[in-house]
Order: sequence, then structure tokens, then C-alpha cells
Amino acid sequence: MAPAADHSTDTVLNARADARAQGGQVSDWMPYLPASTSPFCPEDVDAASLTWAETVAPGSYTHKVLARGTRFRLEDPTGEACAHTLVYNALEPTERLNVADTQKIPWQAYLGTGHPLLSGDGRVLATIVGDTSGRHDAFCGTSTAAWNALRYGTALPEGPAPAGRDLFVKAAAKHGLGPADVPPSVSFFQGVRVAEDGSFDWVGSSGAGTSVELVAELPLIVLIANVPHPRDPRPEYIVGPLRVHAWRTPETNPTTQADERFDAAPEVRRAYLNTLDYAEARGL
Amino acid sequence: MTTTINNPVMRPVTTVPVPVTTYLTPDGQLVSSVPVGASYADGSPLEWGGPLVPGAVVLDEQVAPRASWSGVVRAGQVLTIVDVGGNQSGDCLLYNAHDTDERYSAPDTLAWQDNAYIRTGTVLRSNHGRALMTVIENEIDRQDTIGGACSRESNTLRYGHHVMYHHGCRENFLTEGAKHGLGMRDIVSNINWFMNVPVEEDGALGIVDGMSAPGKRVALRAEIDTLVLISNCPQMNNPCNDFNPTPLRMIVSEPDVDYEADA
Repeated sequence: MAPAADHSTDTVLNARADARAQGGQVSDWMPYLPASTSPFCPEDVDAASLTWAETVAPGSYTHKVLARGTRFRLEDPTGEACAHTLVYNALEPTERLNVADTQKIPWQAYLGTGHPLLSGDGRVLATIVGDTSGRHDAFCGTSTAAWNALRYGTALPEGPAPAGRDLFVKAAAKHGLGPADVPPSVSFFQGVRVAEDGSFDWVGSSGAGTSVELVAELPLIVLIANVPHPRDPRPEYIVGPLRVHAWRTPETNPTTQADERFDAAPEVRRAYLNTLDYAEARGL
Repeated sequence: MTTTINNPVMRPVTTVPVPVTTYLTPDGQLVSSVPVGASYADGSPLEWGGPLVPGAVVLDEQVAPRASWSGVVRAGQVLTIVDVGGNQSGDCLLYNAHDTDERYSAPDTLAWQDNAYIRTGTVLRSNHGRALMTVIENEIDRQDTIGGACSRESNTLRYGHHVMYHHGCRENFLTEGAKHGLGMRDIVSNINWFMNVPVEEDGALGIVDGMSAPGKRVALRAEIDTLVLISNCPQMNNPCNDFNPTPLRMIVSEPDVDYEADA
């Protein structure tokens, strides 16, 4: 930061000029507005169609309300991101990600392409439609202040090792949601596998440049905390930037190109039917 | 069939396992909308057991098949849960009795212990990572906290829309939670005592035949004053209750000796 001596802020006009002179700078992590100006627009996406473009700082969070049918891609440019993620029905946020149903209903613990993120209300909030990482986790949730204090010696929200839960609590508050509205979350880009005795084998990241892509099946509140996975064995608080791009596409529907997702399994088919039934009744 | 427990400490509770919702068919028959067999069959072996730790019993109640239950276990007290009929899932949520925004967290419990299953020594942690209760005794190989609770809504996914009006654990949690000011946002991933959910090498996961038996128990020591919500699972479409829902017995003791957490 420039020392105060570099600033002339003795009057309101000078202070205004000084503040305005700071605009237009670029950071390694920042949102890009309008989204179409993103310097990192994915090659297979029309920049003009972007509705959200951002590089989330390591140890920070982002949140957005997305229209139904929005496709959002998370990218891990360094291989060190860990995108702890929560989704809520934006119209009725008591409907939110239910990790138990997300693992139980598809009879599969590990997240990957085709996996639905289910609410506790028998509906699909989002579907994973692309995944070049394969290293995700729905068991361990995110970190707490108590955990980070134990692991890193500090967990102050304003400090160098904030906890995922504390970031979620702030992100949730910005949508009128309280601490009790932060349920168990899933994380992308850092994985664990369950050994025969139940212990977690750390598999971590699959390297730089992977991505995971989701479709919003209902209007969503999306909260993302980009902090180390709680089982990351490294003694340092290590996490990389997270890139986010979103654009509009049709939601999963038997009459769209998404037929194969719709009919992938009987449980998932009924989850989409419930989702479409809700959307139809609400006039979405 | 009626079962009454003769125990001077226990509140007198009578279990009457009969259908609770009936309708009259055009030909004059009384039929229930509750699934056939939604309570235990005559002749089911029931082993009511007793507390797992020595000490004064301060509360001793039975939970009828399909019903909900709640109670506060004070710090230092031990809750013994008896699987009276064997392989009866006791879906369970825990809250800090003085601040219910702090509640059981399955991921924190698992991440802290670095293992996907609950066994003796498992510390049941809150969403702040704090110890709510500790498993001090456990008579089956492992307990589940991955499989979540059944609900009307998720039942439609697993079995079809014809089961929409079956009773479910989420219904029980909402009924019981409402007595304590808890609602939808307070129902999170839960524990399933006596339920078996293996995770296989390729990630395949599901509720399979249980490993429990009549009279098997688990004992939990409260580390702080803990509100315990129980749904005695009414599920009739998977093996979590052996397709024969049976009672649970909840016993709270003041232990004679201090139990140290293994974790």
C-alpha cells in the first residue's frame, strides 16, 4: 500500500480525486464487470452470454443469485483451489443442499459428472454436467474456526486463515440467512476416498487447470468459500484462486438436449420430475 | 398386541401397534393408509435391556414404533439407547440445549476423527467443532451418520410417488423440533443409530441389512447440556428397520464413575 504521504486528502474534493484515481486498477482476484469483459472467458463460451465472471481470492468467498438454467463453471487454475459450495432455492431458501440425500439417492458417495445436488425436498437444485478434476468431497464439509485454530494457530475472519464456515455465515447473511441456515456443504477440487475401515484417504487435487460445471435447475442462491479442505494434510494454510464463469442455458428437461441426464437413473428422473413440477406450478 | 413396561422409574407408556389412519372402502371395509406391517409383528423378539453405565436413572422412556422423542441430557449424564427389537434405526439430531444454532454436524464429526463411521470413542461434534456428546459404549460394529433421514419427499425419489403419504423421519423431526422452536432450517444431516450404510471402494453407498440385534445398545455421554431429537424410523421400503419397526428405549443416567473420552 502507498504510504499516506502519497495521498492528498485534506479536503473533500482532494479526497474524492484521490479515491477516484484508484479506479481502473487490476488485481489477481476480482469480479469482472460486465461479465462479458472477463479476461478468462472459457474458449467454448460466448463472452457476450456471460452473466458472472470472477476470480475468487484464496481464503475468501463469493455468492450470487442465479436464474434457473444458468450454467456455472468453476475452474482451478493453480490446482490449489477448494470450492466449498452451498446452494439454496432462491425462492424458498429453507430448501437447500442436503448432502445426505445427495449421496444416498444416487447410491454414490463421490461427486462427478451427472451427479445431482439434491435438496431435502426431493428436488434437484443443480446438476454436475462437467468435471475434469474428479477430486471432490461430500463427507468432510468445510473448516470451522475451532479446526483452523488447531491446525494453523489462527482462524480470525480478518486474518490469514479464515474458516470456511465463518465465510459461509457472512455470505449467507448477505441473503438474509442466519448461521442456522448454513448446513453441511460439498467441496470441489480437493478429494478424499473412504478406506475399508472408514478412514479417509487424502487424494487432494488432480492438478492445475481442471474445472467442474453445474446447471442451476431452479433459481439458486450459490455460496462459495474458497479455503483449504479440512483434511488437507499440509501444515500451511494453502489455497489457490478460484475462477467462476456463468452463462444461461436451458435447464434439465425431457424436451431439451439434456435427455440423457433426465433418464440417467430412476431416482434422478423422479427428482427432475419433482423439480419440473415445482417450477411449472410456480410459473417459472 | 400391547406392551407395557413395568419399571417404577419409567413414565408409564403403552405401545399400541395398530394403524392410525383408516378409511372406509365402498364395500364397507376399514382400510389403513399406513403401510401394512408399519409396526412390529406379533412374536417379534423384544429385549428391553437396561442402562449401559452404572448410576442413578433419571429418565427412562420408550419410543413407540414410528414415533418421535426429545429430551435434554445434562452435561455429564449418559444417554443409553436400546435397540429393543433389533436393527431399528434411531434417527438422531443433537443441539446445544441453550443455543440451538449450535447443532450436530456430521461433516465436522467425521473430519475431526478422519473416519466415515461412528464407533466407540467418536466425539459427536457441533457445527462449531465442539464436542456435544461422546460415544462411550457401543455394542455394534459401527453406527451411521452418512445415510441421512427418510422423508416423504426423498421417498418419492427412492421408491416412487406412490409412497408420498408414508410417514418419514423428517416429518418426525419437524413434529418434535417444533416443540423446541426448531424448523426446516434446523434439520441437518443426522445420525442413524443401529443403521448400516457401507461405503464401497468405488463410492457405492447405501442402506443395507443391519448389524444390530434385539437389546443392542449405544451410550452417549453429554459434554454440554444437549437437546436430543429422535425419530424412531417408520421406513417400510428399505432394510433400515428390518421391515419391522420396533420400539426404542431411552435411558438417562447419572453415572457413578467419570468416563474419559477415548478421542
